[in-house]
Amino acid sequence: MSVTTEIGEPVSRPLLAALAGAWAWIFLVFLLGFFEIWARLAYHASFVLNGFNLQSIAVFTAQPFLLAVGQTFVIIAGGIDLSVGFTMGLAAVILAQAVRLADPLLGPWLGVLAGFLAALVAVAIPGLINGLLVSRLKVPPFIGTLGMYGVAEGAGYLAAGGTTVPVSNPVLFWLGNGTLFGVPAPVVVTLVVLAVLHYVLSQTRYGQYTYAIGGNRQAAVRAGIDVRRHTELLYLLSAFCAGIGGCIYTARFSAGAAQAGEPLLLDSIAAVVIGGASLFGGSGTIIGTLIGALIIAVIQYGLVFIDVAPFWQFIAVGIVIVVSVLVDQSRLALTSGVRTDE
Amino acid sequence: MSEPVLSVRNLTKRFGGVHALEGVDFDLHAGEVLALAGDNGAGKSTLIKTICGVHQANEGEIRFRGQAVSFANPRAAREAGIETIYQDLALADNLDVGANVFLGREPMTRRWGLFPALDRARMAREAKRVIETLDIALPRLDRPVRALSGGQRQAVAIGRAIFWNAEVLIMDEPTAALGVPEQRKVVALIRGLKAANKAVIFISHNLADIFAVADRILVLRRGRKAGERLTAETNGDEVVKLMVGSA
Repeated sequence: MSVTTEIGEPVSRPLLAALAGAWAWIFLVFLLGFFEIWARLAYHASFVLNGFNLQSIAVFTAQPFLLAVGQTFVIIAGGIDLSVGFTMGLAAVILAQAVRLADPLLGPWLGVLAGFLAALVAVAIPGLINGLLVSRLKVPPFIGTLGMYGVAEGAGYLAAGGTTVPVSNPVLFWLGNGTLFGVPAPVVVTLVVLAVLHYVLSQTRYGQYTYAIGGNRQAAVRAGIDVRRHTELLYLLSAFCAGIGGCIYTARFSAGAAQAGEPLLLDSIAAVVIGGASLFGGSGTIIGTLIGALIIAVIQYGLVFIDVAPFWQFIAVGIVIVVSVLVDQSRLALTSGVRTDE
Repeated sequence: MSEPVLSVRNLTKRFGGVHALEGVDFDLHAGEVLALAGDNGAGKSTLIKTICGVHQANEGEIRFRGQAVSFANPRAAREAGIETIYQDLALADNLDVGANVFLGREPMTRRWGLFPALDRARMAREAKRVIETLDIALPRLDRPVRALSGGQRQAVAIGRAIFWNAEVLIMDEPTAALGVPEQRKVVALIRGLKAANKAVIFISHNLADIFAVADRILVLRRGRKAGERLTAETNGDEVVKLMVGSA
């Protein structure tokens, strides 16, 4: 069955298209409803109206989201960054080591500041190299950042001396575990990153060119956009986001670990995809990625909450990823009249 | 007759020992449509690429608005007012009409009087205005251009060119790969450009399109000018004979 007419006019099924467009929101509400009903029936308690649950889900969301937010930019531009997990680990280790060095010399406040600077400088290196590989040397992003995945992993373990690096600093501890008006500090940091990058992606030329490059790189070049420089900045941005994630990890656990971000890499890509981005580039939003990260966190936390064996998480998240892509494809067919050869 | 907007004299381009163009002359006036015809390998693409700065001529002269020019790259040609529209149209399919018209030159405004932000409202408004001058109906301008038909997409590419004040539009096979109704729309678009006093060069294999819209036909054969005819004074047979070299 063809869903397009001869001259490519979109078929008008606005209701279906709108539902498909908002499916991630609907699914999130459905999940919350499901766990809410379960909690009421099984524990006579509320799942949603529970401060501890909400804080936990927010913190669960924040870590993969920080990797996913930079990844969103990269994926919209038609690339991918597989190195973010270990870039995050590298930042976690460098922050811990730097604070251990600087705290006795500079005191807790300046010590933490020096640590952040060291961590951000450290992650700028893999970010810049990724950008150069992809933009100037034309290495496919999948391969270039896979190489960096290994390099950052090795560098992180070497910097950590093969173990986790404990660190004790009151300022850092507060940043990881304190609250601001009841909101956990890591969540506050994440919300700031969210607001700034949502603005950059949706309102600035930089964001617009990110979409244009993902939609038609050649068109972007012909329009006079400096695509190579733009691409370099994309991977640098992704590395910085991962770096912030690594700093939050160290702050939360009072220790830096090279493997901090390893399990988060796929979650971050999953969040971007569930949020409606296409791995072929050209589409995606920061809010979508946030919803994607929330869905994953709610599944993970909720299944533990209702006492299901934790391995079901992987199955559930895996199914959600595939379903989200299927829904997205049907939405594209419904709203744009894309002709397919099949 | 007025001064030609584009004037090409003795244009010669060699790639190694291959003479892709040899001593080609022609004039193009504002409000005129010149069709470029010729068999494959006749030099049509080389000619337009040499005019718009992809290639640089070995010999000969290009005068644009009375000035001798030699464009280092297509961007320089575009900024001077010579826009080339390739078959693939160079549209970002995922962006809407306004975003494509303004791609690379977006107007900015201030969000809440504070933060610089894209002026999407203005982009949509100006794009609507320029597309309307082309007499093409677009159902909605806020959807990605991938939702548009081939002729509508041509209109967006042409609209972008004229919005940025192109005086010469070079179109490479604008009707290829389109259905018949869409081909008619593109022919109508070219007539609209003529009416707006733009100069148009278009490459086509389709004699029906050529005779529908061109004022003059320049036929190339093996890099040389095989002939130049006013459309009103020739016919398909003669053009084909010029193309294959039996005239």
